[in-house]
Amino acid sequence: MTYLAKPPLHHPSLEKNALGFTRRDYEGRISTLCAGCGHDSISAAIIQACFEIDLAPHRLAKFSGIGCSSKTPDYFVSPAHGFNAVHGRMPSVLTGANVAAKDLIYLGVSGDGDSASIGLGQFAHCVRRGVNMTYIVENNGVYGLTKGQFSATSDKGSKAKKGAENKDSPIDLVMLALQLGATYVGRSFSGDKHQLVPLIKGALSHKGTAFIDVLSPCIAFNNHVGSTKSFDYVRAHNEAVNRLDVITPRAPIHATYAPGELKEVVQHDGSILRLRKLEEDYDSTNRNAALGYLAHKAAEGEIVTGLLFVDPDANDLHDGLNTVDVSLNKLGDADLIPPVSALEKINAGLR
Amino acid sequence: MTPLAAVNDFVVKFANVNGSGSASANGLFAKVILRMGVPVGARNIFPSNIQGLPTWYEVRVSEDNWLGRRGGVDLMVAMNPQTWDADVKSIEPGGYLLYDSSKPLPAAKFRDDITLIGAPLTEMIAAEFTNPRERQLLKNICYVGVLAQLLGFETEVVKQLVTEEFKGKDKLIQPNFKAFDLGRAYAEANLAPIGLKVRRADKVGDRIFVEGNDAAALGAVYGGATFCAWYPITPSTSLAESFEKYCKALRTDADGKRRFAIVQAEDEIASIGMVLGAGWAGARSFTCTSGPGVSLMNEFIGFSYYAEIPGVIFDVQRGGPSTGMPTRTQQSDLLLAAYASHGDTKHPMLFPANPTEAFEFGALAFDIADRFQTTTFVMLELDIGMQEWLTEPFKWDPSRKLDRGKVVTAEMLGAGFQFGRYRDVDGDAVPYRTYPGTHPSKGSYFTRGSSHDKDARYSERGEDYTEGMERLLKKWDTMKYAVPAPIRKNAKRRTPDGVLYFGSTDAAMDEALHALEARGVHLDALRVRAFPFTSEVFDFIRDHEQVFVVEQNRDGQLKSLLINEGGIHPARLVSVLHYDGTPITARFIIKDISAKLEAARAAALPEKA
Repeated sequence: MTYLAKPPLHHPSLEKNALGFTRRDYEGRISTLCAGCGHDSISAAIIQACFEIDLAPHRLAKFSGIGCSSKTPDYFVSPAHGFNAVHGRMPSVLTGANVAAKDLIYLGVSGDGDSASIGLGQFAHCVRRGVNMTYIVENNGVYGLTKGQFSATSDKGSKAKKGAENKDSPIDLVMLALQLGATYVGRSFSGDKHQLVPLIKGALSHKGTAFIDVLSPCIAFNNHVGSTKSFDYVRAHNEAVNRLDVITPRAPIHATYAPGELKEVVQHDGSILRLRKLEEDYDSTNRNAALGYLAHKAAEGEIVTGLLFVDPDANDLHDGLNTVDVSLNKLGDADLIPPVSALEKINAGLR
Repeated sequence: MTPLAAVNDFVVKFANVNGSGSASANGLFAKVILRMGVPVGARNIFPSNIQGLPTWYEVRVSEDNWLGRRGGVDLMVAMNPQTWDADVKSIEPGGYLLYDSSKPLPAAKFRDDITLIGAPLTEMIAAEFTNPRERQLLKNICYVGVLAQLLGFETEVVKQLVTEEFKGKDKLIQPNFKAFDLGRAYAEANLAPIGLKVRRADKVGDRIFVEGNDAAALGAVYGGATFCAWYPITPSTSLAESFEKYCKALRTDADGKRRFAIVQAEDEIASIGMVLGAGWAGARSFTCTSGPGVSLMNEFIGFSYYAEIPGVIFDVQRGGPSTGMPTRTQQSDLLLAAYASHGDTKHPMLFPANPTEAFEFGALAFDIADRFQTTTFVMLELDIGMQEWLTEPFKWDPSRKLDRGKVVTAEMLGAGFQFGRYRDVDGDAVPYRTYPGTHPSKGSYFTRGSSHDKDARYSERGEDYTEGMERLLKKWDTMKYAVPAPIRKNAKRRTPDGVLYFGSTDAAMDEALHALEARGVHLDALRVRAFPFTSEVFDFIRDHEQVFVVEQNRDGQLKSLLINEGGIHPARLVSVLHYDGTPITARFIIKDISAKLEAARAAALPEKA
């Protein structure tokens, strides 16, 4: 980490997006994480993604729980309101805010301790409900802030820094998210910005729960030989099934590909997910096939990455609640307080 | 033994098996009396069970408007063999026992100091109806018929109510009439008149008969709540259900779209998390729960206190600790709610005494939560929440505005308002807040439960921390001017003795004070309606030598709060505690206070030489 904040000056030649913001307008406070932490790369990818999809910074609402990963929302998009909740409970707080203000873009950042252990229940139920959000788990397989205990996503047989071997079966949040009905599911690696940025862009543009599991090695406590969440291990076992480009509704389409190589998915907001297949047989619109493929590859010790599943026509929580188009937090007294005559009628019915 | 004789002043208790359909017949019984202009206090005493266990329904008939529990039973309708012995034993000497005489019972099963009223209910119903479920349900209406004849009910009133009850299910009306008539005709032909009578009066006025949970939910609707996140738990569940019922009727647009949202969460922790998320984003939101739920919500409640986020919790109290007595009433969550969560915390609580106040406080709680940006408790009790009370009608001032508190708008930010989330700008220790998405470049902040400075930046500096904690304490003092003041009732003559009480005890206390006064025992009374305590509460204690504190818990939780918050010497407060899970009775209060006054007087007398 550095103690020196960058000056807030913007160089006039900095590239601007369609709203006139530069990438620097999406930055946050200086990170307090360890130098080289994968989480900082993810924050950088979030900044890049928000910039590229022309998101007005204050239209984002960012949430987290407790842990190293959950510190990060302070380190990106400062003009957005942020909420650092209690341990494992980010999903419920975000759900409540989303119910109240459906007109914002919701991003929840969590870790493997926060979402796979104490918060597994809230993770599951948030996904089930189809809360319109991007849910990023910065997954390092270890408790960093308390200095190196195994987390629930640690693989069986993975070794701790001091040599202990993990005996418990791992929780695969991607598989869970698929089973629970997430409508956009991806996995990536903090060290692969080219894969991660488009995945986040697609997620932020998605209507419904978009879940991204990002392997993000802990350089302080889980980056040694014998760990299955180290930089070297993840690089060696990373198997990307596709490459994603996200084309915002306003952007001109100019790239050309040979037929059959490409799959295009148009999302609710008009953005286009352009998928270039790397794995011939992989169909990222087939939930059950994705589950089978992931199970098969996990048994082989491979880490499947890419956009693993997307349903572009998903419904979200508000569709089920059938709420009015205006956000609930913008309703005024006249919308909310029934007339006195209604109360008199209720009184009459209780006599 | 002379049989009891009373007009419009007696207690009837029904002993039934739950799941047998007795609730609607018993409710009908109470409503007939109300429609005849005679006030009733009615209470279900029911098990945590769906079918097969004992349940009771107690009706206090009182033209003088004593609507709390009196204690004792004048007429027992004993329909449950499981509880027969205890039920018979509970009848006042000279009282009455109505029972099903279809099968003979040994003489040892009865008492000779009460009047026995046997009616062959099962036999009569079996002769007229064949369907087993129908037989079971109509037996209940049949005993209402017997009672109607004995007590002098107006038959037209009964029939009118049955017609209203089964509106839309019209084919049920005739069988109910028939069962009622069987009972009434049997009593007319075979039973001697009894000393208890209901006589038409004009003492009900424009009052309504309603459950506290229903009232509180309606209060939330008028109070502008748009979001309810909840998890089912007895005795609070019907509050969420009522909120949905009223919102569907009152907050649905022509196209079916809803100006409200209800989420049944996965647990109480998620419920309060959602409530705070929505409160943070500027929508009025609440959860309804009971003690076990509040236990689970503790971490978030402390978060709300420290990060200053509005939310409302309706705690419908039941018997604790642990799973305790889920279907019995208590006032035993005061300490839990007052100081919920780790670290130094305090939370406002409102104590409604009846459904009318449940409605008023149900709305007011949202103003307090928004104004002071903190979790606000409405401390209901099972006895209020799940019982129908005869209570003043709901009123709403059409000019009343929702008080959203100190919210900074985009216009204010644009005009140069210097926003700092936790700054005390106005000297009342209440800071300003912004909703997310307010302004493109100003007014954002980061909410966290970790220590922060007055601009919401993470800080571990001791001065930043203590400054924030001191301001929260000062905000607590400001709150004293916003919560409902206590209600004082002075004795007719000057007295050194006072009594403090709150919540559902109000009804029984009114009757107890009246009776004590008739015996020459004078007490000034103060009903506490909120925490933090206002200065009137401590003034009252200071003005009396001895103050009884009447509570429905074991440990004297209100007393503990008074000692803790007011620096009161414990010896000045004398606990009067009723906590067996049944609602407190006037007789209990009279007896306990009389005994304690007597003991104090005896102790004060000089020893005999």
